[in-house]
Amino acid sequence: MSKPKVGFFDFASCEGCQIELTNYGDAPFLELLNHIDIVEFREAMSEKADHLDIACIEGSFTREADRARLESIRARADIVIAYGACAATGGINGLKNHQEDYKKFVYGKDADMPHLDTQKAMPISAAIKVDYSVHGCPMDKYEFLDIVSHLVHGKEPVIPNHPVCMECKLNETICRYQEGDHCMGVVARAGCNAPCPADGIPCEACRGFVDNPNEKALKKVLMENGGLSEYRAENKSRMFTATLRSDA
Amino acid sequence: MKKNINIDVHHLTRVEGHGNIKVNVTEGKIEECKWEVPEAPRFFEAMVRGRHYTEVARITSRICGICSVGHTLASVKATENALGIEVTPQTKILRNILKHAENFDSHVVHVGVLVAPDLLGAPSVFPLVATHGDVVKLVLKLKRLGHEWGSLIGGRTTHPTTVVPGGFSRIPTEADIKLVKEKILENVEGIHALAATVASLAPKIPAFDRPTEYMALHSDEEYGLYDGCIQTIMPDGTKEKYDVQNYKSVTNEWVSPNSTAKYTKNKLSSYAAGALARFNNNYDQLHPEAKKLAEVLGMKPVCGNPYLNSAAQVVEIAHSAYEAIRLIDELLEVGIKDEELVAPTKFSTGAGATEVPRGILFHEYTYDENGICQGGNCIIPTNQNHANIQDDFDKIVPELLEAEKTEEEMTLALEMLVRAYDPCISCSTHYLDVTFVK
Repeated sequence: MSKPKVGFFDFASCEGCQIELTNYGDAPFLELLNHIDIVEFREAMSEKADHLDIACIEGSFTREADRARLESIRARADIVIAYGACAATGGINGLKNHQEDYKKFVYGKDADMPHLDTQKAMPISAAIKVDYSVHGCPMDKYEFLDIVSHLVHGKEPVIPNHPVCMECKLNETICRYQEGDHCMGVVARAGCNAPCPADGIPCEACRGFVDNPNEKALKKVLMENGGLSEYRAENKSRMFTATLRSDA
Repeated sequence: MKKNINIDVHHLTRVEGHGNIKVNVTEGKIEECKWEVPEAPRFFEAMVRGRHYTEVARITSRICGICSVGHTLASVKATENALGIEVTPQTKILRNILKHAENFDSHVVHVGVLVAPDLLGAPSVFPLVATHGDVVKLVLKLKRLGHEWGSLIGGRTTHPTTVVPGGFSRIPTEADIKLVKEKILENVEGIHALAATVASLAPKIPAFDRPTEYMALHSDEEYGLYDGCIQTIMPDGTKEKYDVQNYKSVTNEWVSPNSTAKYTKNKLSSYAAGALARFNNNYDQLHPEAKKLAEVLGMKPVCGNPYLNSAAQVVEIAHSAYEAIRLIDELLEVGIKDEELVAPTKFSTGAGATEVPRGILFHEYTYDENGICQGGNCIIPTNQNHANIQDDFDKIVPELLEAEKTEEEMTLALEMLVRAYDPCISCSTHYLDVTFVK
């Protein structure tokens, strides 16, 4: 692919994955611009484009009203990348999916107003076809480079499908369970290089589950090894993996 | 001549989140003049229900990717108040250095990437790579500095990892802190170069004056940022202080029948939060180098031109760099100790506030006896500024018409006005977005 035209779009999200693009530093970012042509990016630019080789979409699909905008982006893009956890899995926005009364709780008597008519937070793949996903909250800016680099060179990007535990072992990070904590790393999709356990906090599985996670074993480990109550163990995986649970 | 003007800016560019500007003038009469917010609501205050206190800041950090450090800090401070946790002096000073990193970082993006194109007559930063390559390089370099400085303390800058209720899950080493200082010192020249660039473009900043009430954190010890009480300053310079735990009585959220967003007010019909509000409230406590820059930019408190919020950000960029160096020296003098997290002593309701780049931010949570969150409330600065933006619109649109500006000139003036506030609409945890049939 010769110098692809790339666009960035956002839906229900914090736009933090877009901000990550500004964190490369001057030399790497300017070098990136030698290989891709950023032609549309509302958060950073006023210009618009017609055709896109790659559309990077941040944010979850949370209201029917957004379907048409997603479809129009899909229609003018050759490749769609779900850019970050909200787009790839629904991300943190799915944390309200099991609640019935969330609108009433936040908006009280105004809860029935039409603009608040949101549905369950879903990955954008619930509305349009997604070709690749950059996982993570935030997405890893070097993994994004890796995926774009593969595409520019006409290669298939490799998205990891092993648990975060493997990365902690390689990094020689002491296991959170050994520290008397709990952790989702046993079922979480790796690829981030496990920064959270290294920083002394549990993995929250922001990159989603590996394929076919053993949810029953997860709950057991969270209770028996992590000391969580049954209530917390049952609800732990709603944080970033609500849409991937078998009861979703 | 009686003019017809129709401005309809759908999804304003170069702001975080989605906002619309609508102005409709028929034969010289203003029919409509509105700032609208159509962002998808995300319901964070409901999401935290049922979550353990150790998870809450990790959830509410995700309200905003640009000010996630600030959301994390406001969140852990609120949780610590609710749980009766008093953090150590070392924790406070480290968090303070981290807070400076975020304000520096976000201001660099706003001034260098979102505002600079308006001043240099470009639609975005990308064409500037060819025409003003040095400025773009400098901005990317300073952005990288903010990112590294914050990451060395917070683990990362987008959704920091190490900041937890009771302290830090991983305490930075003395080597980390020294490295932060070293990196800032390497960039001091660049910071002054950025300020000089903005000063040279200052004549392009529109002249407009509408003094309002300005709200910011105030601390007796320093220019309020990480911590303090609530303070407001009126156009005549009178100040009043309020306790953070009483934040609801100062923010007074209300629904306007003429507008789309949930508004706040205190003494007037609206107030402003952000860099200019901090500058107006706490000017005397700015670092001397930052004061010098303010003078070069022609700014004095009480400054009533909202367009100069971007200039106040430049002043704060310098302030944060010099203050961080001072705080690091203070920390290195006593040495960094390994400290355990401070444990909860009770479970109740508590509020916390911190200054994020766009202004004062409030979080509040209630916990049950198992440390499980029963609900939260977040009042973010962008929502606090909506009413003030609308009041600015109501004054500036007639002025622009009087000055016989074209539709195109008016559109740019209004876009630049909204951008000056650096609105972070994706932050908006709750607001009302109603379309009225006229």
